[in-house]
Amino acid sequence: MAHGHNSNEKVVYVGDSRVKKNNHPNIPPDYTSFPGKSEAFIPNFLLKEWMVGCVVLVGFLVWVIAEPAPLGYPADPTNAAFIPMPDWYFLFLYQFLKYPYVSQDYILLGTVGIPGVMFGALLLAPFLDTGKERRFYRRPIASSLMGLTLIACVYLTVVSWDHYQHQLEINGQVPEHIEREEKAREAAEAGKERPNYTKPTVEASLVDANDPAMDIAKQAQCVGCHAADLKGQGNAPSLIGVGDRLSKEQLVETITNGRGNGAMPSFKESLSTEEIDELSTWLSKQKATAE
Amino acid sequence: MFKSVYNWIDERLDITPLWRDVADHEVPEHVNPAHHFSAFVYCFGGLTFFITVIQILSGMFLTMYYVPDIINAYASVDYLQHKVAFGQIVRGMHHFGASLVIVMMFLHTLRVFFTGSYKAPREMNWVVGMLIFFIMLGLGFTGYLLPWDNKAYYATKVGVQIAESVPVIGPYLASFLYGGDIVGAQTLTRFFAIHVFFLPGALIAMLAAHFIMIRKQGISGPL
Repeated sequence: MAHGHNSNEKVVYVGDSRVKKNNHPNIPPDYTSFPGKSEAFIPNFLLKEWMVGCVVLVGFLVWVIAEPAPLGYPADPTNAAFIPMPDWYFLFLYQFLKYPYVSQDYILLGTVGIPGVMFGALLLAPFLDTGKERRFYRRPIASSLMGLTLIACVYLTVVSWDHYQHQLEINGQVPEHIEREEKAREAAEAGKERPNYTKPTVEASLVDANDPAMDIAKQAQCVGCHAADLKGQGNAPSLIGVGDRLSKEQLVETITNGRGNGAMPSFKESLSTEEIDELSTWLSKQKATAE
Repeated sequence: MFKSVYNWIDERLDITPLWRDVADHEVPEHVNPAHHFSAFVYCFGGLTFFITVIQILSGMFLTMYYVPDIINAYASVDYLQHKVAFGQIVRGMHHFGASLVIVMMFLHTLRVFFTGSYKAPREMNWVVGMLIFFIMLGLGFTGYLLPWDNKAYYATKVGVQIAESVPVIGPYLASFLYGGDIVGAQTLTRFFAIHVFFLPGALIAMLAAHFIMIRKQGISGPL
């Protein structure tokens, strides 16, 4: 074909591709042969559709701007008080599985049996309802089955939601996303920053825990009051991060002479000056933020 | 200029029939709300598609900020919601759009059911439509976990436990969804992948089949 074509050929191709040379006129059809007032999809009908679409979009945006999407607190697998709740369009199934004969011993009926039959019937509706009649009031069986199912779904959803509200009331709980929003609003009104639930909670730990000074701390019975991990107990404060509060000189002073009328005893007798110095140097390095 | 570029392409690829087929198809009187107001029930399918497009677009923008791992997921959603310009609106569109899609799809399904439009020769389109319905529910279920707040976590846990109670395939289904034995790091990445790649891919294929069948068969006639 790349060699050109003779005029007797019925199909004329463009170059050597399989695209046929187009010689039909580009005229849109009129719809006079169709019954009723038919119109073209583009642009006549699509234009109207877009206008409806714009109205819908504006309405939707107004809704979205007025109502922020909910967000609760970060997932906490140890939270035993949380009442699980699926999205609203699963509630009918969620509620359904709470009834006897479709739960526990009969759970098979609840998860596979009845939903399987219902969704299966819906999926295969055209093969079950094979009559030619299309008007719903002339198909009483199909229409009433669908009607009943709809009523049942609405009922189950409403009951499930009611039950949830009731449970919240009993437990004195407010849904987390509402509580969170409320707290954010209160903080904003008080001029404070919004509570942040996303800060990484870094476990504070000892800096240079293997330092020989730790042995001094053990020998001198520091651990007796400040706990074995030096996190403090009772009135004895945590020594982790003590370097943020006290300088080395202040630490030497505290260890040597004690503090708070003997609440923190003096170690003048039990430790040498060098040991106190070593211990204080180490403790002054105990800062929460790594340098 | 535009015309000559168009003609140049059209001569080579013959693109006119492609769009002409879509553009010139007739919209009959009985589905046109301009002629019969009650025909608005025929709009629900188009609105479902419209909201689906919103979902795809807003979802694409959300993935610019969302991080699918259990440490950062919540923080990234929090950041998106409060710090990113228009983030609250885009997330709101995706969150509420999900509900709206279900509502519109539900109304569309009811319209098709009660007008008997699923009957021969349109059985296959109904079946494909129902598959779209299930895919949408799957998208709703997998998307619910992604913010990684308590609501997400416990709803997913309950959902997978229900799936687990199915005999024989239940445990396999559960370990496929969990990616282990609990709702955890693997579950979140899995749900993210299913929500963002697997199900949308299936959805687009099904929507294409749905629309091609409608174009082929035309809309069902007046009652």
